[in-house]
Amino acid sequence: MKTKLITAAVAAMVAASPAVAELTFTSLSYRTGPYAANGIPFADGYADYFTLLNERDGGIGGEMVNLLECETGYNTEKGVECYESTKDQGTLVYQPLSTGITYQLIPKVTADGIAMHTMGYGRTSAKNGSVFSNVFNYPANYWDGASVAINHLVDLNGGDLKGKKVALIYHNSAYGKEPIRTLEELSAKHGYDLSLLAVDHPGQEQKSQWLQIRRERPDYVIMWGWGVMNQVAIQEAVNIRFPMENFIGVWWSGSENDVKPAGDAANGYKAVTFHNVGSDFPIFDDIQKYVVDAGKAAGAGDQVGSVLYNRGLYAAYLAHMAAEKAQEISGNANISQADMIKGMEALEITQPLMDKHGLAGFGPEFSVSCENHGGPGLGAVQQWDAGAGEWSLISGFEPSDGEVIDALIKEDSEAYAAENNITPGC
Amino acid sequence: MFYREAGDFKTTYTDDNQTFPIKFDRYRYYAVLFFAFLIVPFVINDYWVNAVFMPFLIYAIAAIGLNILVGYCGQVSLGTGGFMAVGAYAVYKLMTGFPEVSIFIHILLAGGVTAMVGVAFGLPSLRIKGFYLAVATLAAQFFLVWLFNKVPWFYNYSASGQISAPERTVLGIAVTGPNTSAWATYLFCLVFVTICAIIARNLTRGTTGRKWMAIRDMDIAAEIIGVDPLKSKLSAFAVSSFFIGVSGALFFSVYLGAVEVGEAFGINKSFLVLFMIIIGGLGSIFGSFAGAAFLVLLPVLLKNVLVGMLGWPTDLAAHLEFMIVGALIIIFLIAEPHGLAQLWRVAKEKLRLWPFPH
Repeated sequence: MKTKLITAAVAAMVAASPAVAELTFTSLSYRTGPYAANGIPFADGYADYFTLLNERDGGIGGEMVNLLECETGYNTEKGVECYESTKDQGTLVYQPLSTGITYQLIPKVTADGIAMHTMGYGRTSAKNGSVFSNVFNYPANYWDGASVAINHLVDLNGGDLKGKKVALIYHNSAYGKEPIRTLEELSAKHGYDLSLLAVDHPGQEQKSQWLQIRRERPDYVIMWGWGVMNQVAIQEAVNIRFPMENFIGVWWSGSENDVKPAGDAANGYKAVTFHNVGSDFPIFDDIQKYVVDAGKAAGAGDQVGSVLYNRGLYAAYLAHMAAEKAQEISGNANISQADMIKGMEALEITQPLMDKHGLAGFGPEFSVSCENHGGPGLGAVQQWDAGAGEWSLISGFEPSDGEVIDALIKEDSEAYAAENNITPGC
Repeated sequence: MFYREAGDFKTTYTDDNQTFPIKFDRYRYYAVLFFAFLIVPFVINDYWVNAVFMPFLIYAIAAIGLNILVGYCGQVSLGTGGFMAVGAYAVYKLMTGFPEVSIFIHILLAGGVTAMVGVAFGLPSLRIKGFYLAVATLAAQFFLVWLFNKVPWFYNYSASGQISAPERTVLGIAVTGPNTSAWATYLFCLVFVTICAIIARNLTRGTTGRKWMAIRDMDIAAEIIGVDPLKSKLSAFAVSSFFIGVSGALFFSVYLGAVEVGEAFGINKSFLVLFMIIIGGLGSIFGSFAGAAFLVLLPVLLKNVLVGMLGWPTDLAAHLEFMIVGALIIIFLIAEPHGLAQLWRVAKEKLRLWPFPH
């Protein structure tokens, strides 16, 4: 009886949610749970950018943007619930910010004909657009990140990593395991020794891993962490006096939240990135004027300009560009979910375009095609300056090792195609 | 008035021993089955099945399984998440290893595999009881999750360690994979729930169940009157793990489609199912359903009310959801320590006497 009452009540509510005729985007955010510290700035940046579009430009191409937000708590079951509750409202693109949820949604979005953009996370082999027709991971993916980190080490060592010891400390999940294959292949190519150290969710307990690092004395440590794991790892590295400039995180392990708890000792910590840092771009003036000062900032409004805020903003910017492209292709301002996929496939980001939107030099130039959903895979290295309290880029956006990565992507995507009876094609 | 035994004459022993001796109960049961099998499938959509019905049905199977072990046999277990993982990985290996065999059989086999694993981890129950056994099963939880993360054979050497369910059909209709229709997955789970509930109900009413309850109430006394503790405890572990394995298999293959063992089958899952049976009522099949409904539907309902209707920020709603569910659990357990099933039982007793209570 209770069940029936509840279900009846839920039915009434679902029916009551309004139908909208605007461009709908969905932010699958996590502002609660063990990963909230990282989820909040991203969600804020994502929301603020769309608020800016609505306030300043009146939406995209004259169509207002309706941003739905759904809390996943980084939990796959809630992620599915969010997806199901928002897909019928015409969401144009999903950006779940969780590799676990991405894996869940890949088959679902493909069956439902909706685009998904996993910027710098998710399934790396989705770069092969002929197999993963609805999933995009431009401008860079995990394997690019691993390769850019190794390239940086190669540069530091004058082009030779032979005999060096590299340790990977990773979140023991699908996310953390992603770079292992690439790092192994690269280790065969460059001749370094790789050791793997897994940290279980949520990552507060890392004493034994760092004890091992202290014992084995690797030359470099690469980190694939998220949430509280990052802060703990950096603190532990400080505790064993591991030289910070030899410690490189992936882009998900390189935000202010991660380095600040360790104080001055975190000075020199590095992370890979695929977009620029700081708030020294014209667009931030507009955000201040139209969003923050107008009292419309998402969340507490205190995250503007932080690394993950910028990433959320960049994700929203790329969605905006794809939507404009889709409007241009279809000749229709009110684009459909299928149009959006075509827009993403034809996406081209150039410096003049970024200049025009107040984001000069914010990210690399790249273009997407039906075969290549991942762009060129450019990445840069950023370093933390604890004195000034800010990140700065210490390299330009440089390409990853395409030779190694493309072969791995081909292999993995073909395995997926065979498993799921997909005939690759564009 | 109409809810009573009087006037409902039974002329055979079978009639006298049926599950629902009261006519009203019987009709209500048929009505629920009719509604679930013949009405819901026609009106259900993707949201309803994926957010409400499927988790409810699958957790109900897990709760029935755990209830047999904890509620009927008195063996406290915190290994539910690990056993669900066994079911999920077993069905994954079977699905990918023998694609020509029906998924229906694979799920039952996955239950069987879990039953064997459950018996192995149930062996300590012959020596230890109560909290100590809970700790032993907790070890099973951590060991199994570690195992499925560590040994690549279990996830077919995939790069990310995730397992994902390929498309499988029953009578030509897809029930796993992305191209399923809402009614098909719903009915598929419903069939399993119905079969499991009927089996569980009848097992607990018969000799086996009486032995379990004897062990639960006082194991030394039970042994003196001739109940073999080895057989009853291990059979409870086997049957309970079978159900939990089936639910784990459905959870992975039909509901989520792709899982990662640490995230989907962690210790939280063990606690969730344990809370379900504590809130629903230990030692009651109806309680398993009620508890699963409470913990699956309430968060979805609250989310829809707070975010969908009132338009509150999602983070505030998520925090409030924890607080409200937590408070309700405490209030419930203070007001009715024996769970929702006891409320139901009391209501039935009152109905029997109504309108002349004494």
